Order: sequence, then structure tokens, then C-alpha cells
Amino acid sequence: MVYLTRKAEFAASHYYHNPAFTAEENQRIFGKCNNPNGHGHNYTLEVTVKGEVDQRSGFVVDLKQLKEVMNREVLDAMDHRFLNKEVPEFFTKIPTTENLAIAAWQRLEPKLHNARLHRVRVYETPDLFVDFYGEE
Amino acid sequence: MIAHLSRRYLFSASHRLHSPEMSVAENQATYGKCNNPHGHGHNYILEVTVSGPVDQSTGMICNLVDLDECVKREVLLRYHLENLNMLQEFTETVPTTENLCIEIFEILQRSFSYAHLDKVKLEETMMNSFEYAGGRELTRA
Repeated sequence: MVYLTRKAEFAASHYYHNPAFTAEENQRIFGKCNNPNGHGHNYTLEVTVKGEVDQRSGFVVDLKQLKEVMNREVLDAMDHRFLNKEVPEFFTKIPTTENLAIAAWQRLEPKLHNARLHRVRVYETPDLFVDFYGEE
Repeated sequence: MIAHLSRRYLFSASHRLHSPEMSVAENQATYGKCNNPHGHGHNYILEVTVSGPVDQSTGMICNLVDLDECVKREVLLRYHLENLNMLQEFTETVPTTENLCIEIFEILQRSFSYAHLDKVKLEETMMNSFEYAGGRELTRA
């Protein structure tokens, strides 16, 4: 089994707000992230797939195909977007880094055929990132 | 759904690697330049990983403010700009980065209760780092 990781970057804005909370609760729990006008990050998406090395190609997965799937399923939808308003998952869910990692996994997992998804890592900043390994 | 969140922090501290159980020559042979009696310092990067179910009402494993406050209060205030050899936990234990990594894991294990502590990673320099998961294997590399 070999693990292969591919990175991509995207820039997006978001804010944290739960309509079930009062204005005070939203403010207390989410702090500055509750600003309704949003704020942005340069996110790094890191996708790790695993599989056996194909004897003919020497590949675990065709990197070009992996890149295309990442672009089509995640980056095209999220790059230079306001996550709360333009990405369907976040019409109801709060676009935290946790939920972003889960959303990226759910978008990628059914589209990968030659290798299995091992991990999705999303960096919100260089000092904060979330890993998701599917249902544990 | 279980997710794993990692946060990185920086602190600077000095230390000297010297074991009272070893002779001068043995200390020198074992620790080399790190045995310099005047000590030396590092900019340590601490990476703390916690995990848990993502709370549907907040979208979070735990509130980052709580994690930051705990790490600041329990770890950074204790070690930043200190000489590690002068601290109580290193009076009898050599302040290698292995031992410091274990110590920080145990401090956070005791003091952070909002999520499960997966592991502590401590980078001593850009070239070397240590990880401790409370004795557990690192299964999700």
C-alpha cells in the first residue's frame, strides 16, 4: 500500500452564525468570526489517497486525474466564493474548517475510482488544520 | 462525524542535555554540543491535535479559543523564554525534546477536557520533530 498526497489552494470567505442561537450567543461562541459581512482565508486542501502500485504504470493513481477531480469537485465550487452563500453544504451547516474537511471528503470520495481516499486535510491558516478520515 | 484538529504554537526556551548518572566523558559522548554547560536554545513549534465529533450546532470539535487559552496558560506561559533545566520537571529528567513532548502531552491531558487529545508534536528545529500520543501508536499518519 502506498499513500499519495496532492495539495491545492483556494481562497474563500465565510462567517460563523447559527440562526438557532440568539445574537448574544452567536457573538459569545463565534467571536469575530460572527461578523455577517464575512472574512476570508487562503485555504490549502491536501488530499491523500492510498492504493497498490499498478505494475504497468507504476502509479497509485494518475495525478492528473486526481487533480482534475479535486478541481472539478472542490475548487471550482469553493475558490473565490462566499462559502455561506454559494456552496450548498453551507446554506445549513456552519463553514468551519471541520465542516469544510468533511464536505471536501464527501465531494471527492464517490468520484475516486482507482485509489481509495485516505485523508482530507484542510489548512485554514498555516497554524490551524483539520483532518478527516471518513466515518470512524 | 469524528474530525481531527491541529493547532500550531511557538515558544522559545533554552536547555542543556546532561545526565548526572553519566560521567563527564559519557555526557560529552552522548550529548555532544548539547552538553555545553552554559546551555543553548531553540524556537520550538508545538503542534497539538485534538479530535471528537463535530458539534452540529457550532460546526466545531471544540472552541478554538478554549484550546488556545489552555495551551497558553498551561504550556506557553510555563516554557516560553525559560531555561528548561531550571524547572521542577527537569531537575531529574534530561530536558530532551522527547521528554518535553511527553511532559506537554501529560499537561494537556490533565488540563484540556473539551476534546480528546490525540497527540502532541514538538519540532525542535526544522530538521527534527517528536510525536507522542500517550503511548498509543500513531495510526493515522
